[in-house]
Amino acid sequence: MGANDTTGLASVIGQPVLRKEDARFLTGTGQYTDDVSMPRQTHAYFLRSPHAHAAIRAIDVVKAKGLPGVIDIFTGADLTGVNGLPCGWLITGSDGKPMNEPPHPVLAQGKVRYVGDAVALVIAETVDQAKDAAEAIVVEYDVLPAVVNVVDALAPGAPQLHGEAPGNKCYTWALGDRSAVEAAFAKAAHVTSLDIVNNRLVPNAIEPRAALASYNRAEDAYTLYVTSQNPHVERLLMTAFVLGLPEHKVRVIAPDVGGGFGSKIYLYAEETAMVWASKRINRPIKWVAERSESFLTDAHGRDHVTHAELALDKDGKFLALRVQTTANMGAYLSTFASCIPTILYATLLAGQYTTPAIWCEVTAAFTNTAPVDAYRGAGRPEATYVVERIVHQAAVEMGIPQDELRRRNFIRAFPYQTPVALNYDIGNYDQTLDAAMEMADVAGFGARRDESQKLGKLRGLGYASYIEACGLAPSNVAGALGARAGLFEAGEVRVHPTGSVTVFTGSHSHGQGHETTFAQIVAARLGVPVDNVSVVHGDTGRVPFGMGTYGSRSLAVGGTAIVKALDKIVAKGRKIAAHLLEAAETDIEFKDGKFSVAGTDRSKTFAEIALTAYVPHNYPLATLEPGLNETAFYDPTNFTYPAGTHICEVEIDPDTGVVEVAAFTACDDFGTVINPMIVAGQVHGGVAQGLGQALLEHCVYDRDSGQLLTGSMMDYALPRADDLPSFTVDTKVTPCTHNPLGAKGCGEAGAIGAPAAMMNAVMDALAAVGVTHLDMPASPQRVWNAIRQARDPALVGHA
Amino acid sequence: MSVSLAMTVNGKPVAADVDARTLLVDFLRNQLSLTGTHVGCDTAQCGACTVHVDGQAVKSCNVLALQVQGASIVTIEGLIAEDGTMHPMQEAFRDCHGLQCGFCTPGMVMSAIDLVNRHPRADEATIRAELEGNLCRCTGYHNIVKAVRQGAAAMGK
Repeated sequence: MGANDTTGLASVIGQPVLRKEDARFLTGTGQYTDDVSMPRQTHAYFLRSPHAHAAIRAIDVVKAKGLPGVIDIFTGADLTGVNGLPCGWLITGSDGKPMNEPPHPVLAQGKVRYVGDAVALVIAETVDQAKDAAEAIVVEYDVLPAVVNVVDALAPGAPQLHGEAPGNKCYTWALGDRSAVEAAFAKAAHVTSLDIVNNRLVPNAIEPRAALASYNRAEDAYTLYVTSQNPHVERLLMTAFVLGLPEHKVRVIAPDVGGGFGSKIYLYAEETAMVWASKRINRPIKWVAERSESFLTDAHGRDHVTHAELALDKDGKFLALRVQTTANMGAYLSTFASCIPTILYATLLAGQYTTPAIWCEVTAAFTNTAPVDAYRGAGRPEATYVVERIVHQAAVEMGIPQDELRRRNFIRAFPYQTPVALNYDIGNYDQTLDAAMEMADVAGFGARRDESQKLGKLRGLGYASYIEACGLAPSNVAGALGARAGLFEAGEVRVHPTGSVTVFTGSHSHGQGHETTFAQIVAARLGVPVDNVSVVHGDTGRVPFGMGTYGSRSLAVGGTAIVKALDKIVAKGRKIAAHLLEAAETDIEFKDGKFSVAGTDRSKTFAEIALTAYVPHNYPLATLEPGLNETAFYDPTNFTYPAGTHICEVEIDPDTGVVEVAAFTACDDFGTVINPMIVAGQVHGGVAQGLGQALLEHCVYDRDSGQLLTGSMMDYALPRADDLPSFTVDTKVTPCTHNPLGAKGCGEAGAIGAPAAMMNAVMDALAAVGVTHLDMPASPQRVWNAIRQARDPALVGHA
Repeated sequence: MSVSLAMTVNGKPVAADVDARTLLVDFLRNQLSLTGTHVGCDTAQCGACTVHVDGQAVKSCNVLALQVQGASIVTIEGLIAEDGTMHPMQEAFRDCHGLQCGFCTPGMVMSAIDLVNRHPRADEATIRAELEGNLCRCTGYHNIVKAVRQGAAAMGK
């Protein structure tokens, strides 16, 4: 097994241990939600609104209910006693009032507000029968005018979605010292302004959302298999807030999950309705989204419109940053929607820089589109995009090299209190910038640009020196900011009598490789082989509790909970060893899997201690419980601050507008790295999603009808193998100061740094032909038009 | 309308009566319980459903089971030897960390084997072009390309 035979702290931490989970994924024996089936299973199909905005006058299900195979059909009117889906974060506006929080019904109640809004749940013996019945349901709609664009939604006279949200406004919220910012702008030597759009995205995990809900009448208990990143949160929200069921009667299992990227954090209408209906029909119900349903109803990402201004002194020192953003919430508030463009966005606007004054105002609005929530990075890519695009622009305007302007403003003294609430514990931004520049051969860029020019191509280089706040989150801080839940993590370490170990973690792996990384942590600490450690996740029936996986929190928070449980295991093992070795507990050392009496050759192996704990014949039973099984809950004391520099090089064909990503380099500081192979993989995937946003992806609704125009993989361009280059990635380490692993998190960095790095490279390349503005994605049509309009300003407005 | 179907799947003869509109992927997953073949998009874009039909990679979500009457089908489950040994391409994906969530992986591996059969010495550009029909949202393709090169070398031995 090679690498997997290593034991001991020094040998196993930082090793590219091959993944334990891969064998099942590679042989077709993974178990995803749709792979689970139950006896007497039925199939669900959701009838959805074909309109973006309409009042429902009547729904006639009589004919549909009589069709072959149909078991039952439920509409909003049937769901008596069922509450709406909750939002987990209360934002208090600048006016001191709570955000407008309209109801989010599980099935439409009187009105539909986006194309895809669920109207009826049809249950039949087969999917085809359920679909046939859905077609036979007659819904009478009064179609209303729709609004899909966030700026349009806030304009006077816009169609109104909710009585509870006048003017379609959810909130206006602000962070920072506005008067300090105004004063700094008044004395600035230079001001750079930027208007940018952060394009709306569809997460597109390759496994569509799915659920299998069942009810056991004898036990009066429910089991839900669901594609979730956080089964305990799913259960808590569903039972306590929506269905009013006791938690101990509901087991939620998130088995193998085929990617999440944020889209599987949330409590969705489908599984909620199915759990409720499983008792009504007393049979299991399965539903698997078709890809078109995923496009229509998975929570989308981004969709910001921003005006930003940066004030600088004559030497290029940043004096102040002023940012105004409008954020699209979609038709209803999804589970964490409200905190994404506020708490996870405005707080990151200091970036890696000493900007002393920052003020950011965010207005969030409802539109007739799918709900918008966290998508890989969640607020932090949007913040990085604002900061790094405007820094690029300022450097161009002031004639200062890109790296030099960044260096003149880097934070170098830690801890550092930003003017936007965060306290960075540690970092070394020069180190990652220097290394990235060397890895990207910035010195050779001029020659490469000349070569491109000879071929009639435009070549550009772009930087993004990003920061993120991960390891969500200190619960008391989150609570003060409006979180309606804690953000700790739980871990249980169960040592078996023969010394092998099962870990139960509240984190959830949907591709991140926790079964391997967490096993490495246990192996290092207990001195057992990685293969003697199994990791269990994704089951409320087996794992004590969990807040789940998002926000790059699994290692920093979930991993630390495991470390805390391991501390308890070692402490108890030390007591047992002291008894067996007839020594004082304080004289017992634990190293490389052995408890020894200090200064002697007397020792007991970890396996001997484990066996003694379960066969306690010679054991201090009067003072110590038998067994070796410990649980810990860990609540972090601060966020973690991964940071780094990404450099992108593009080549553009001005005749066609085609942008080729020639090279992409990422040098990141994620703190201590447990498994560098997995970390590099996370960066690759994040970069691909970031480049996807900058190069290809754009979710578009028709401005008049509100229909989703990019509703399939044939209309929405996901990055394919031939759209991307191989990447150059490396890490530098400043260990996080406030968790024992020194870990900061790595899952989102690529998606945070890449869009800004790539668009800065595109702007650098297009500067040669006079282009000064371009929004993502840099599609051939947009780039070609920008070049054409720069050459002939008369063409502006004639795209 | 029910029709009789016969084919070879992973080396074993299979016969069944199925609804005429049954897709090959549904036949494999639901009738034969071969759940390693996945459905990701319904429109032949993502390639998660890729299997081999008479040695060629085919997207099984866009083929009726009836269309492959009499054919020899190999799915991801069929790549493994009797003693449990993985195919060199499966090994290469593991060695190179060419998978994360694992959902696209069976289709990706089936496409990769077909690619190598047709282009035994494919360079990076060829591999990337040939994998255009298989979407992965996790890996950014970097390690998949590496795995295909390593798998190709191992298959050539």
